[in-house]
Amino acid sequence: MAATQEEIVAGLAEIVNEIAGIPVEDVQLDKSFTDDLDVDSLSMVEVVVAAEERFDVKIPDDDVKNLKTVGDAASYILKHQD
Amino acid sequence: MSPTNRTVVVTGIGATTPLGGDAASTWEGLVAGRSGVKPLEGERFAELPVRIAAPAAVDPGEVLPRPLARKLDRSAQFALIAAKEAWADAGYEGKAGEETGVAPERLGAVIASGIGGVTTLLDQYDVLKEKGVRRVSPHTVPMLMPNGPSANVGLEVNAQAGVHTPVSACASGAEAIGYAVEMIRTGRADVVVAGGTEAAIHPLPIAAFANMMAMSKNNDEPTKASRPYDKGRDGFVLGEGAGVVILESEEHAKARGARVYCEVLGQGLSADSHHIAQPEPTGRGVAAAVQNLLDSTDLKPAELVHLNAHATSTPQGDIAEIKALRKVLGADLDHVAISGTKSMTGHLLGGAGGIETVATVLALHHRLAPPTINVEELDEEIASDGADIVRGEARVLPEGTIAAINNSFGFGGHNVVLAFRTV
Repeated sequence: MAATQEEIVAGLAEIVNEIAGIPVEDVQLDKSFTDDLDVDSLSMVEVVVAAEERFDVKIPDDDVKNLKTVGDAASYILKHQD
Repeated sequence: MSPTNRTVVVTGIGATTPLGGDAASTWEGLVAGRSGVKPLEGERFAELPVRIAAPAAVDPGEVLPRPLARKLDRSAQFALIAAKEAWADAGYEGKAGEETGVAPERLGAVIASGIGGVTTLLDQYDVLKEKGVRRVSPHTVPMLMPNGPSANVGLEVNAQAGVHTPVSACASGAEAIGYAVEMIRTGRADVVVAGGTEAAIHPLPIAAFANMMAMSKNNDEPTKASRPYDKGRDGFVLGEGAGVVILESEEHAKARGARVYCEVLGQGLSADSHHIAQPEPTGRGVAAAVQNLLDSTDLKPAELVHLNAHATSTPQGDIAEIKALRKVLGADLDHVAISGTKSMTGHLLGGAGGIETVATVLALHHRLAPPTINVEELDEEIASDGADIVRGEARVLPEGTIAAINNSFGFGGHNVVLAFRTV
C-alpha cells in the first residue's frame, strides 16, 4: 500500500536524522535540505538512496536537483511510488 | 629574526591510541608498561595467520557525533579526535578567525597516514559487490583519499596557510611533523596542527603484511607479541590510532602566553635506496638521517638522553637502527635511554610518528622514559653493542637541558629523525 504524505514526511525525517543528525521534529515540509537541514550535495545522494529503498520509488539523478525542500521530495515520492 | 631560523615549539598534544582515548591515558599506559595488544575476534579474522592487533582503546564512534563519523574514514576519525584534543590543549578555542589566537592564513595542517582510507575502500567494494552500484556511499572518495584526515583537520580549525599530506609508509607521521616545522621555519605559517594517523586493522592489510613475513604470529600470547630487542621477536603487531601536536613559532607562542612543552630542533631525512621493503642491514640510511639532523640543528649529542626508537620488533630492523645510531653518536649513545614504545602500542604505521612524537614530548616534559616491555632475553647484537634499552620500568631522565629524538622509518627506505629539547 502506498504511503501517505504524512508517512513519507515522517520517513524522510528519520532518514535525515540518521544522515545529518537533525531532530526529526525539525524536518518539516518547508525546510530546505541544504539550507536548513545540513544535508550537503553528497549527503543528499544518501537521502535519495535511502528514500528509494524505503518508499519503493526510483528517483533519477536528473530529478534530484529539483528536490530542494522536504515538501518537494514528499510530493515527488507521493506521485512516483508504486 | 629571519623567517628561516625561527624557533619552533610544541604547545599542544593529543592522541587516541591502543592505550587510551587521549594523551594523558596513553602516557599513563606507556609509563605503566601496559600492552594494548589483543586477540582479533570474529569470523573474518579466523583464517588469518595473524590474529592479534592493538585496536584503539576508545572507539572513535563513541566520541564523534554519528552524522560526522559516518562521513569519515576511521583514520580521519582518529585524526580529528587527536587534533581537537591538541588544539584545546594548546589553549585554542573554536576555529581560527573566530577568536584572536591565530589568523586562518597563518595556520596550517599536516596530518599523514601510511595507507589512507584503506578500510573505506575495501568496505565499499564489499557494498558494490553485495548491494550494487547505487548503494556505494557518495562519501567514498573523500573518505578514502589519503589527504582526507589532513583536510578534515584543516576544516575543523580553519587552516588556510596550507594543508598537506606527505606519505612515506611508516615514516609518514614523522614526515608530517617535519614538514610542519619547515612551514613555520620558512615563514609560511605561525601555527601548524601536525601528526599521523592510521586505521588498517582489516583482514586484507593483515594478510598482506603477514605474507611479507613482517608480522608477529604469536597469536597465543598477544601482550607478549610485540617485543623489540628481545631475542624471540618475530615481527610487528599492527596498531591503530593517531597522535597530533600543535607546533608554533616561539614568538607566536610567547605573544599569547602559551604553555610550551619543548622545542622542536628539527629533522634529519634520508632514503636508503636499498630495497622496497627490507631495511638496509648496516643502517647506512638511518645513520645518514641522524648525521643530517646533527648537521642541520644545534642538537648537542651530550644533551641527548632519550630516544623513542622506531623498533618495530622485526629481526633485522631493530638491529640496523641501533647500529646506525652507534655509528653516528659513538660513545654518546651510552647516555641515551632507548624506549621501544611499539612494544605496548603495536605499530601504528603512518600513525607511529604522531603518537611517538607525543610520547617523546611527554618524556621530556615529565623527564621520564617509558619502558620497552617484553625484553626477556636481550638480542645478542644489541647486548654486545651496549646500547641502553629501558627495560621493565620507566626511567627517570636527568635534570637540566635535555634532548630527545624520535625515529621513524618506512617501507620504501624513508628515514625521518625528529629532535626535541627542553626549554
